[in-house]
Amino acid sequence: MATKRTIEVELSTTGLDREGRPQRVPLVSEGGVAVALEAPPALEPDLGGEHMLINIGPQHPATHGVLRLVLELDGETVVRCIPHIGYLHCGFEKIGEYRQYNQIIPWTDREDYLNCIGNNIAFSLGAERLFGIEITPRCTVLRVIAMELSRIASHLVWMGTTGIDIGAYTPFLWSFQERENIYNLLEGWFGARLTTSGSRVGGMAADIPDKWLEGLQGFIRTFPKTLDECDRMLTKNAIWVGRTVGLGVMSPEEAMNYGLSGPMIRASGVAYDVRRDFPYLDYETYDFDVPVGNAGDVYDRYLVRMEEMRQSVRILEQAVKRLPDGPVNVDDARVILPPKHKATSEMESMIHHFKNVMEGPRPPIGETYVAVEAPKGEKGYYFVSDGTSKPARWRIRPPSFVNLSAIPRMVEGHLLSDVIAINASIDIVMGEIDR
Amino acid sequence: MSAPFTIYQPAGEQPSTPKNLPHKGGAANPSAAAIAAQFPGAVLRSHVMWGETTVFVEQSKLHDVVQWLHDDAAQCYEYLSDVTAVEYRDAAQPMEVVWHLRSIKHRRFLRLKVQLAKTEPLEVPSVWDIYKGADWLERETFDMFGIKFAGHPDLRRILLWESFQEGHPLRKDFPLRGRLSRAQQLTNALSANPEARYSMEELSIADAFEELPLDMRARLTGDSRTGE
Repeated sequence: MATKRTIEVELSTTGLDREGRPQRVPLVSEGGVAVALEAPPALEPDLGGEHMLINIGPQHPATHGVLRLVLELDGETVVRCIPHIGYLHCGFEKIGEYRQYNQIIPWTDREDYLNCIGNNIAFSLGAERLFGIEITPRCTVLRVIAMELSRIASHLVWMGTTGIDIGAYTPFLWSFQERENIYNLLEGWFGARLTTSGSRVGGMAADIPDKWLEGLQGFIRTFPKTLDECDRMLTKNAIWVGRTVGLGVMSPEEAMNYGLSGPMIRASGVAYDVRRDFPYLDYETYDFDVPVGNAGDVYDRYLVRMEEMRQSVRILEQAVKRLPDGPVNVDDARVILPPKHKATSEMESMIHHFKNVMEGPRPPIGETYVAVEAPKGEKGYYFVSDGTSKPARWRIRPPSFVNLSAIPRMVEGHLLSDVIAINASIDIVMGEIDR
Repeated sequence: MSAPFTIYQPAGEQPSTPKNLPHKGGAANPSAAAIAAQFPGAVLRSHVMWGETTVFVEQSKLHDVVQWLHDDAAQCYEYLSDVTAVEYRDAAQPMEVVWHLRSIKHRRFLRLKVQLAKTEPLEVPSVWDIYKGADWLERETFDMFGIKFAGHPDLRRILLWESFQEGHPLRKDFPLRGRLSRAQQLTNALSANPEARYSMEELSIADAFEELPLDMRARLTGDSRTGE
């Protein structure tokens, strides 16, 4: 199902201008600045002959982890794709049933490990609804800042690794440079770069340190420039366009039917963004756009993610401006520990501290499903509480698990080399898929 | 950027972050009453908790209810967020299979539940023919809980390997460290046939099986598949 689609590309090679300086020369047929590339034609008819079995992964760098794809090929065309997952399965949901709520937060770091702080906050939001806690205004804005930073970091990794898969090495270096800046910021805030474990039920592990916002503002100033450079490198690059346009097309109806979410469903033309349609953390009060593609191919997923990073910067700018003073943690003795100096000097506080740590806070009997817009899509946490301090059931709704389940549909009829591009466009994290 | 796609643009007012949700009670999703009116006797009960509406549906009617919710223009639940199951620590409580549905158009969220007594066979209808996204979610629920989804085209384990003999890990009677000792697990892993990475279905592709050496073919047709 190839689309007829025309994208302007700039083909450039190094030439010399009149003074002998190197210059980018567009390779153009008829005096314009661009040539048009069209989507590849539809699948060729079956040429007969034997089909071939090809195994990709689980130890293949382009499968972004330990994904294994068994492909049936007719010549170079994929006829059937059978994915195998589960190599990283370690039973997070089972372990969660044996842990108190705050003790589960470090596990959420390790599922989608490109979006650690986003998972921590999503988990806390779910647990807070289960406890019936309303977080403070400062905490709300701090969480928005952390989630958008995390979204940018995750999309940067996606852009870099997909570039490598398709053959562009430079954006990888540039995007990882910016990702380092984000991780420096997170390190200053939480003391950890990757596995932050930064939120708690009812608040955050720490308030931001002094002058942290200045660092964030520096990032907000410099990051769009890097993004523009990557944009110039890729968006009209003939190789990039040629290797992404018309691949893995999902129509809007199909995308909804397959349960895709995040940039995958928006690239297909469905304007579904949890931040806007089922808001949390007061996202409805921020001014941001939801980018939507119209072809649903790999190229549109790239465009959507690029634009999302720009929108995240917009949200960050607004969040920095409105960050209120006040406490970060709620004033709720059920979930928040007393200050350490009181716990070591007052008997009541010591007992309170002891009970909260050893027995853990107990939510009322009930259940809740809280979803957030993670970089990969709708990430949901479903809690069932039976009134004890440990959840009776803790379920992760992993967005890339559901997105990946559509890969047999997306790759069939495409070439073997396009499987790599389509797989990269899903933005999978195997830690989250296998859990 | 590309022009927005107008068909699936959600209509109506911009919703806001829910605040101060009551534990029980509150505004119910109108679809709950609509299901009860459309399918008399299918709804066992429904309740609202933390702002989320849960509808307990008769097991035999589940597929019809989901089909109607998906097709009916006033409901328009086109998006299946999640399929999972719950087993409670209290062994007397029945198991529950949970469907989380979303209407992107009307911005509604609905939870459907079917209760399964543990004495009965654990089987519910599959909604794979309505939502293709249910494929892996149902397979995972089968893998973790042993609940069968009647009508699913390819119901086999997904996260664990096919020859996993210890049962279904998210059941409450499954010990956290597994049923086998570490030594037994290691012995099993070492004695597994490393050649049997492909299922017979995959080996039927391309006559790959015929090209294998005779002794390997003999081992593969034996009963020592790892079936990853």
